[in-house]
Amino acid sequence: MTSLPASTPPKQLGLVIDLDTCVGCQACVVACKEWNTGGYPAPLSDQDPYGADARGAWLNRVHGFEAGEGADGMTVHFPKSCLHCADAACVTVCPTGASYKRDEDGIVLVEEDKCIGCGLCAWACPYGARELDGVSKVMKKCTLCIDRIYNENLPEDERQPACVNTCPAHARHFGDLADPESQVSKLVAERGGFDLMPEMGYRPTNKYLPPRPRSGGTGCGGTVPALEDADPAGGFLGWVDRMLSR
Amino acid sequence: MHPAPSIIVFTALSGAGYGLLFLLGLGSAGGVLPESPAFGGVAVGLALVMVSAGLVSSTFHLGHPERAWRALSQWRSSWLSREGVAALLTYIPAVALGLLWVLGARGGWTILAGLGTAAGAVVTVFCTSMIYGSLKPVAEWHQPWVPPVYLGFALMTGALWLMLVLALFGQPIGGLGLLATIAILLAWGLKFGSWRHPVAEGRPTPETATGLGAFGTVRMLEPPHTQSNYLLNEMAFRVGRKHAERLRKIAVMVGLGASLILALGAVASGGAGATVAAAGAVVAGMTGVLIERWLFFAEARHTVALYYGEPAAA
Ligand code: SF4
Ligand code: SF4
Repeated sequence: MTSLPASTPPKQLGLVIDLDTCVGCQACVVACKEWNTGGYPAPLSDQDPYGADARGAWLNRVHGFEAGEGADGMTVHFPKSCLHCADAACVTVCPTGASYKRDEDGIVLVEEDKCIGCGLCAWACPYGARELDGVSKVMKKCTLCIDRIYNENLPEDERQPACVNTCPAHARHFGDLADPESQVSKLVAERGGFDLMPEMGYRPTNKYLPPRPRSGGTGCGGTVPALEDADPAGGFLGWVDRMLSR
Repeated sequence: MHPAPSIIVFTALSGAGYGLLFLLGLGSAGGVLPESPAFGGVAVGLALVMVSAGLVSSTFHLGHPERAWRALSQWRSSWLSREGVAALLTYIPAVALGLLWVLGARGGWTILAGLGTAAGAVVTVFCTSMIYGSLKPVAEWHQPWVPPVYLGFALMTGALWLMLVLALFGQPIGGLGLLATIAILLAWGLKFGSWRHPVAEGRPTPETATGLGAFGTVRMLEPPHTQSNYLLNEMAFRVGRKHAERLRKIAVMVGLGASLILALGAVASGGAGATVAAAGAVVAGMTGVLIERWLFFAEARHTVALYYGEPAAA
């Protein structure tokens, strides 16, 4: 059923992504692909993977942006996957009932056996979080590693999304964002976590933590010591310069 | 947005088919169309072929056409599902109308079938337009002009096709000529309105897409992947915008100018001349709508492009 849950889910599982600490190493991108290509749904296929035009379906991608000018400018590594929105239009536009939002924890999923691959849900997502698989021709998206987080065959500390588990910079946090006492909610409150494109009105669950203010000024800021004059007019060096320039 | 030929052909062809069904439904209910069974059979048959061809062509872009029947299930929330349901339901009165016409029946049942067909046609085209009109991430689509434009072009192309069928059967075009003229002007008038609709206001920018606006202007430093992907192929189409101005002019010259002149020519002339002019008007009108539909996709900008270095819309 592609109607959204009638009442707000009691839990709203999601990610908090720290743009301050992300180093852009792409480990989460690879860990995501590795886990999700071997899970319960169809594999995440690649086309021409070793050729000149390598393409494939990935559920998590790390963009790189620059914000600000000159010495105040900063490089921001920007991971992006499905934000498991509260008002997920990707779900309501789906004509088949393949896309749905879970009542119990707010995770947005695709039931691949029902998906006709019309692509409308990908159009309805402002964030570009859905990609059609080139082989199975069904819509792929982040599952929040639903087959890890509730998986009792895994040791307890590994029951989190693969991207969170793997991140060497601890830039990704997983938890219940509906519970104000959860660690992720506290992190959002503390660090001023924000929504992407709030003006779209999708009310994403995932939050982003802004880069922290730089301490002690940015860049080299002050005056740069002058370099030696390469074209001296007088004195001994001037005479040497003139002699050698002849 | 990538202009997929199957969707463009689908919306243009089925739009014309439903426009024709609408006019045939109302016209037969009002008793203003020829009673000849041959005329009715050909006209309703033609409309049904057009809408069916459009529906079939729309399944070409599906990953799993064999599951297409599932798309009828979510009419409570999805405009695409509603469109499918409306399209199928419209067959009932439309096929009944064709049969009654061919069998020479008049009166109550014909009126009922005619009105049902006309209503079904309007609802179906409206649902088609709302598939696009409801998508917030595409500001060019998420605006109030989209449904009237779709309905307007359906009426216009339907009227042109009806003119052609009347001319083919040697019937006077009469009042339909006036209706077609009005429909052409109305459809393009609505289109001008949608072209002038401001879409930049309140539209997301790279700053709001990343939430980094507080640090200054945001630009792409490195893309997340070196080659293209599904998102870029589907939603970051730019070629169209480069030629948009010229294509708009061509669409207007052919779809409005030429089709109007030819439609008036069909009214003014009789016999074979009328048929030739009406056929020309159909070709011109359909060409104009196909270009317009291509631009409708090519000019539409999806917010996902903001993550790939597209600057904020001007
Ligand atoms: S991020 Fe996109 S795919 Fe994920 S829930 Fe929101 S709208 Fe749907
Ligand atoms: S691509 Fe699949 S999941 Fe997406 S809207 Fe179409 S049927 Fe639903």
